[in-house]
Amino acid sequence: MSGSDTAIRLLFLAAASCFVLGLHLMNSPATARRGNQLSAAGMVAAVGTAVGLLARDGVITATGLIVLIAGVLLGSGAGLYAARTVRMTAMPQLVSVFNAVGGGAAALVAFAEVARLGGAAGLAGASGQTTVTVGLDVVIGAVTFSGSLVAAGKLQGLISGAPVLFRGARLLNAALAAVAVTGVAAIVAGHGGTIALSIVAAAALGLGVTMVLPIGGADMPVVISLLNAFTGTAVAMAGFVLDSTVLVIAGALVGASGSILTVLMAEAMNRSIPAIIVGGFGTADSTG
Amino acid sequence: MTETLVTDLTVLVLSLLVGFEVISKVPSTLHTPLMSGANAIHGIVVVGAMLVAATAHTPLGYVLVFFAAAFAAMNVVGGYVVTDRMLEMFHRRPAAERSR
Repeated sequence: MSGSDTAIRLLFLAAASCFVLGLHLMNSPATARRGNQLSAAGMVAAVGTAVGLLARDGVITATGLIVLIAGVLLGSGAGLYAARTVRMTAMPQLVSVFNAVGGGAAALVAFAEVARLGGAAGLAGASGQTTVTVGLDVVIGAVTFSGSLVAAGKLQGLISGAPVLFRGARLLNAALAAVAVTGVAAIVAGHGGTIALSIVAAAALGLGVTMVLPIGGADMPVVISLLNAFTGTAVAMAGFVLDSTVLVIAGALVGASGSILTVLMAEAMNRSIPAIIVGGFGTADSTG
Repeated sequence: MTETLVTDLTVLVLSLLVGFEVISKVPSTLHTPLMSGANAIHGIVVVGAMLVAATAHTPLGYVLVFFAAAFAAMNVVGGYVVTDRMLEMFHRRPAAERSR
């Protein structure tokens, strides 16, 4: 391991430590704000280290660099504007939107890796580690993307807060899940590339919608927390795809802590998670 | 199993255990800020977007990198700023009550 390699890995480790300590400080009201700031400092360190990594390797094309900077500036600007201007009461749905784009980004990262490997034929020669984690990343990321947007829509009142039930919903759910599982299996078996992956993503996007629609608006905070844990898991999978330890650590951290938080939130509302997921009757939004 | 896979799995399992332990008895008023803070942390996927940008070389690759970078940056920047706003509000309230 060269000197710069060691430095990069140690800096990523420091960033990951900031996330763990920051999350821990957020358990108590007195230290919560400091915890979030520590976690943000870790994020700045991680992004700075990644910039250093790109500069050292120097393999990024000019177009790639321009596209990356344009994307980051646009996304940062939109995120900053939305976070600054949102009313306090509308914050939960904004968090859900941020969660949606996070899940979407995790899925897109897997797509980009597959495109790099050569698209249609690319996954045939890829290792089991790559194919399995690409499949999981895209499925979980896409479900979170559409599911979080529906959850945000329900809280914002764009979609009825009442459970939306229609005939054949369960059948549709099962069919979409079957398509996603079959697609992932085909990819793992080495028969699919970007096209199979697109079909999997489309089915998972549909599944996210049909999973969240039947849940009442009053249960949305718990659902958003659950989807937040999903995104963490998708990011950990992206870490496997790219062989990036910092992504695995941060993703798994959010996946696990998000699950615990989901249970705590459900308990605080006197609801059980299976009852929320099954959804439907008697869970209508209290505000109508 | 390759050595990197075993190492990655080790890191995954230990990080999951840390994640389960790091959340303890959180007062319910902190549930939403904590969710939002965790949401910002998975914005680390912006590093993933940077890593795939380094190797992209096709038009499709560039399009995917652009959207991945924009989405991830929105997640990370917006996530931290909105969490800070929530906690700032949280911090002021006890002070206001004391002055009364």
